Amino acid sequence: MKLLKANLLHSMTAIALVTLTATSSITFAGEAEDKGLALSVEAKARDLGWGDSQADMKMLLKNQHGQTSIRLMSIKSMEQKNDGDKSLTVFGSPKDVKGTAFLSFSHPTANDEQWLYLPALKRVKRISSRNKSGSFMGSEFSFEDLTSFEVEKYDYKYIKDDKHNNLDCWVIENYPKDKYSGYKKRVVWLDKKEYRAQKIDFYDRKNTLLKTLTLKDYKQYLNKYWRASTQEMVNHQSGKSTYLNWENYRFKTNLNDKDFNKNALKRAR
Amino acid sequence: MNKHLTLSAVIGLAGIMAQPVIANEFEVRGNIEVQGRYFFEEALHATQHNTQLSAAASPEFFWSWNNANDSFEFVPFARVDQHDEERTHWDIRELSWVHVSDVWETRVGVRRVFWGVTEFQHLVDIINQSDSVEDIDNEDKLGQQMVNFSLVQDWGIVDFFILPGFRERTFTGEEGRPGIPQINHDKAFYESSDEDEHLDWAVRWSQSIDDYEVALSWFEGTSRDPVFVSNLSQGSIELIPYYQLISQLGIEFQANLEEYLWKLETIYNNNKTESYWALQGGLEYTQYGIFESSADLGWLAEYGWDERGKNSVANNQNDLFVGTRLALNDIQSTELLMGLSYDMDYSSSSFLVEASRRFGNSFKLSLDVRLFESENLRDPVYQFRQDDHVQLTAQYFY
Repeated sequence: MKLLKANLLHSMTAIALVTLTATSSITFAGEAEDKGLALSVEAKARDLGWGDSQADMKMLLKNQHGQTSIRLMSIKSMEQKNDGDKSLTVFGSPKDVKGTAFLSFSHPTANDEQWLYLPALKRVKRISSRNKSGSFMGSEFSFEDLTSFEVEKYDYKYIKDDKHNNLDCWVIENYPKDKYSGYKKRVVWLDKKEYRAQKIDFYDRKNTLLKTLTLKDYKQYLNKYWRASTQEMVNHQSGKSTYLNWENYRFKTNLNDKDFNKNALKRAR
Repeated sequence: MNKHLTLSAVIGLAGIMAQPVIANEFEVRGNIEVQGRYFFEEALHATQHNTQLSAAASPEFFWSWNNANDSFEFVPFARVDQHDEERTHWDIRELSWVHVSDVWETRVGVRRVFWGVTEFQHLVDIINQSDSVEDIDNEDKLGQQMVNFSLVQDWGIVDFFILPGFRERTFTGEEGRPGIPQINHDKAFYESSDEDEHLDWAVRWSQSIDDYEVALSWFEGTSRDPVFVSNLSQGSIELIPYYQLISQLGIEFQANLEEYLWKLETIYNNNKTESYWALQGGLEYTQYGIFESSADLGWLAEYGWDERGKNSVANNQNDLFVGTRLALNDIQSTELLMGLSYDMDYSSSSFLVEASRRFGNSFKLSLDVRLFESENLRDPVYQFRQDDHVQLTAQYFY
């Protein structure tokens, strides 16, 4: 679920079975590292079993001059046993890109697979999974920000307890293992009550604060799975920001593998 | 438009009518555009002009029902050109019914299909005829009547195509520019005695394996690329398109390795005049977030080779292509593509710039520049040596 489930929180709270087996083979340097990992594993474990979901996303881009632009997309996602998620995103606006669609297979350790469908050319293009740090649709979200969270993609370290929005949180640093990541680290505020990411600071490769993501208006679905309805990403270096609004979340909608292949990509509307 | 197109349109519609149609989704969208071209140099042919205006429209009508497992799409296209009566034309780009079942996907009617991985030339792409009056890059395609069955399996996707009826390539008229007014397509002729009613077929297997994309295809039927036969008519030379019967093997390969995308297309074209191998291959490399901005800068390099070599009808027999693509990733989606092709046999070159930017939510402005440099009579680019031009297109999307 690369882009799609673009829900970071979600990202922070889903765990694959592989994850658990893989972690047992890793040795850690110390207590803070062990605690950071354990909390992240638990966050993901709590989001296991959602099956499949569909949602509509409104993305508001704002540049340093205050100009704004809206992008609309609909996103289908599906959990995979022992693998990362699959997702299909279809763009509805702006109108010149309407019908453009994006198919993504996320993998915990292997390279992600991504295809783009260009309706004017009827062309399916396999695109580079090395575009992690690239901007998604001109937004302040990069492709890696929208990838499904898999525990083995990072090393962890618990930093401290903190309050955020009156919620007791653990602060955990995540260090990307992939050399193509645009980040040196992410600092995540995870609330102690429900293990939901409330805020994430992103540090660039030079270890300078680049962006802050704030997740708000959490709603619970199927009495278990929490999704933030609002996400705000502010780029401290460029002054630009992006707001995501999620609507119309549906779970267990009977999606299957045939909704996530290249033929489905060409049909997506 | 030929009668096959009309016939398959009727069949497509009949397919729809046979269904208990309760459309649970209906959508209309599309675009209209105004386009102007300005040519810097004096025209080679007295009939051609230095400026050219045109307008085009392409609405899209879409219905779906049965939980989107059935859908119907109708996309007509029309252009009116100030000078070129051949470029004033219309076409049905899509008029088809798609049915999705658990194993098979069936697509019947007029459709467009793209095959291939490379950027500067599309060797393997063969299902649709080029609508060459739109642009000499042949990226615009005419609708092709077809019955297409698609099978998705763990070992790949297999597509079977039955292609009843053939569409002739469109060519600019006497006043069209860039163009070759000597081409007389009214006299086009065929190897097959069935002419444009020959029943063509094709099959393609494609698969994604980790970081690799592979596809193999076979086409049996009328070549989409005509061979030109010269003829003396009323004291002047005219070029008459001749459509041969061919069998063509197509091989597509792409490898996404580290930061590079390696791409290769190869064909073997078997025909009665001169069978040949040809290939187009190269790589693409993209830098993300250049100059501390969110802009992406891509680099492209490809090479085209054709066994028939110099002094043949092959366009890209020994040609190098380099290009760069800049995407600013700003609110207006500003993009700039520049490309240079260099023919190593004829030392000729052509240069293109394609820039585009959105205005508001519904308007898009595109600026294209094309420059040609050729001094060798036998080089295909020689025909366009006086046709350097700039083209501005304003599009409204709804």
